[in-house]
Amino acid sequence: MTERPHLAVVGAGPAGLAAALAAAARGVRVTLVDAAGQAGGQFYRQPAAALGARRPKALHHQWRTWERLRDGLDRQRSAGRIEHLTDHHVWCVERLTGDGTFGVHALRGPAQEEGVTVRADAVLLATGGYERVLPFPGWTLPGVVTAGGAQAMLKGGLVLPGRTAVVAGTGPLLLPVAAGLAAAGARVAALVESAGPAALLRRAPALAGQPGKLAEGAGYATRLLRHGVRTLARHTVVAAHGTERLTAVTVAALDGAGRVRPGASRRVRCDTLAVGHGMLPHTDLAETLGCTLSGTAVRVDAEQRTDVPGVWAAGEATGVGGAGLALAEGHIAGRSAAARLRGTAPDPRGWAAAARSRTRLREFAAALDAVYAPPPGWAERVPDDTVVCRCEEVTAGEVRGAVDRLGAADLRTVKLLSRAGMGWCQGRMCAPGVAGLTGCPLTAGRRPFARPVPLGVLAALPESD
Amino acid sequence: MTKRLTCDVVVVGAGMVGAACALYAARAGLDVRVVDRGPVAGGTTGAGEGNLLVSDKEPGPELELALLSARLWTGLAEELGPAIEYEPKGGLVVASTPGALAALRDFAAAQRTAGVTAQPVEADRLRDLEPHLAPGMAGGVRYPQDAQVMPALAAAQLLRASGAVLHTGRTVTGVLRTARGAVRGVRTDRGDLHAPAVVNAAGTWGGDLAALAGARLPVLPRRGFVLVTEPLPRRVRHKVYAADYVADVASDSAALRTSPVVEGTAAGPVLIGATRERVGFDRSLSLPAVRALAAGAIGLFPFLERVRALRTYAGFRPYLPDHLPAIGPDPRVPGLFHACGHEGAGIGLAPGTGRLIARTLAGEAPELDLTPFRPERFDTEKGGTP
Repeated sequence: MTERPHLAVVGAGPAGLAAALAAAARGVRVTLVDAAGQAGGQFYRQPAAALGARRPKALHHQWRTWERLRDGLDRQRSAGRIEHLTDHHVWCVERLTGDGTFGVHALRGPAQEEGVTVRADAVLLATGGYERVLPFPGWTLPGVVTAGGAQAMLKGGLVLPGRTAVVAGTGPLLLPVAAGLAAAGARVAALVESAGPAALLRRAPALAGQPGKLAEGAGYATRLLRHGVRTLARHTVVAAHGTERLTAVTVAALDGAGRVRPGASRRVRCDTLAVGHGMLPHTDLAETLGCTLSGTAVRVDAEQRTDVPGVWAAGEATGVGGAGLALAEGHIAGRSAAARLRGTAPDPRGWAAAARSRTRLREFAAALDAVYAPPPGWAERVPDDTVVCRCEEVTAGEVRGAVDRLGAADLRTVKLLSRAGMGWCQGRMCAPGVAGLTGCPLTAGRRPFARPVPLGVLAALPESD
Repeated sequence: MTKRLTCDVVVVGAGMVGAACALYAARAGLDVRVVDRGPVAGGTTGAGEGNLLVSDKEPGPELELALLSARLWTGLAEELGPAIEYEPKGGLVVASTPGALAALRDFAAAQRTAGVTAQPVEADRLRDLEPHLAPGMAGGVRYPQDAQVMPALAAAQLLRASGAVLHTGRTVTGVLRTARGAVRGVRTDRGDLHAPAVVNAAGTWGGDLAALAGARLPVLPRRGFVLVTEPLPRRVRHKVYAADYVADVASDSAALRTSPVVEGTAAGPVLIGATRERVGFDRSLSLPAVRALAAGAIGLFPFLERVRALRTYAGFRPYLPDHLPAIGPDPRVPGLFHACGHEGAGIGLAPGTGRLIARTLAGEAPELDLTPFRPERFDTEKGGTP
């Protein structure tokens, strides 16, 4: 073999970019495979060039970091060390039994109808995360979007999802979403956060270790004040109203145990509700490869290696912790993969700074996780007639019936007996909600196809396995 | 032993076959408990398509069991109706060449003598039955007795209808026996269940359960993948598969080679199943298997080329060396009854199996001769249990 070893990086967000750059700088040929039209992922999502945005950085922080990554990618691409495949939607990564190399199977183009396979000596999964969605009456009305969805619309399309918005749920994403909406000209009627300020204080030691992060939060808070956005801590949206589309939400105050305080609810008029309850790791590709998970995240060692030889993982897929953590993990993973692919053992001293920030940011993420958990009583508040699985139109009552009447005790059996999670999204949307409603643990979904694949693409797969 | 009995029968296995055994045993007046180490329908049942087929069976004991079961399914459907998504959609077996068609017609003629309704369909009538079928087929045979249930729901609903006490998440760790060797219950990781009869409906793990009772039953897993498409308006009306008879040059027997079964469902997705591989309990995705399924399905219904598969999953069919299930009392262990090893036909064969087991439990004569299904038929020496 005279050719340089070949690493396929799946995902071009912060983790994938950092990994690709670190590996390419160390003599490895990298193919960066990503579903979007441009690098950046959700965090550094860029408006399409055709929109002619004059100040895209107004919607971003850490713009300098992004510029560094973008310029690095341009340089390595010109030098022929990184090939960047945009609009490639990976549906499966296969470990070939013969030689232990990999086939990264993707669908090309916005229509996702054409199959493409990238062969590589190793893969690095930087597949990111997706939003946790919890059901409540009215959540399927047009006008209700996820917090990340609202952000994506702002960053990618520069369009305002609505004119009067409520931002609700829990988690650190709500602040930038509310601030971004306000800055783009929407009236943000309220930011409704179910966690209380006291919860943040209880985690003060871990949070205080991240002055930069706290300052970032404070910065958003200041901007919200400037726009006159009302923040309702320890409140929750219990229902969305409207017939054709969203017209108002009911906001209720929560007591210290997360239960709705009787009589303490009000109606807020709005045409947009951006709701989020934090993120979950994307692990479909890793699971199909046989990587062990820990909880809902891909388990990795200190070098970001999974327990499947030749497979690395970094970023939200290994545990949700934000862009800074993703950059650190990606950098370490890229250096480790480069060294291992060239047959040497990596020297962790080379990435000591990244490792330190990884440790710190993981502690920070764990603290945030504890603060921003969905309020304990949310599931009991979902009435039986609320649709939980919107693909298959399964109600909360049917999901509960699978447990109470038919004896299901785990998510898979609930799915089999109620159809919740059998539809287009394969439970990515409803599994956390179903888990909460039934008391079943949220287990990974076992989805061999990370996205729907045309049968013609399957039938035309290369025979050389 | 004078220990107080928990119940009359313990059924091990909360899959389709265990559920049918529980239902018919309860209806025979017996007090039944069902125990499973996993959830309801957690094994082969939850990974199947719910085929109730007579079309793929040649005359013989399995076909007789399938016909008995088909009658019982009709009755269950009247009781449980849409709750188990029973659909008497019928099967359509097609042949692509005149030679294959001739063999298929012979096969169907033999089935008719055994009581199967098998209606020849001329080439130019195939598209009346299946408008989207690939052109150029030589002809086919329609089997109105083929039907469909949603297997997990069917198991759960039959268990519910049986009224049996259900212990899921409880692992059987031993079979309790008297000094004379007769069964007196099971030991589980959460206490003993005492009963004079134990039914082994443990599917792929039926061999392990038999071993706990000191009996040999060589049940092995055979993997199959199923593909599930996005929901579609109804375009495939029957269970459709192609049959080709490939002459085996080494002997004068003809090996039947079938394509995947393609079928539309009430819920919308088209199901494509299933592959057959002997690879132990390996659940990892096999793209070659999935490729073969997709290619076979497109060969029958070209429109499927652009339809998307949402998921694929593996299941493990429990099979015995002669591809017949073990049904009935085990003469080596008095009180032990077997109801496992149905390979890929367990959903379809479940009611018949349950009824035969219930009859023997109650000391009545079963509707069918159980000799071909004897659990001890694999013992190498007379009476020996190696």
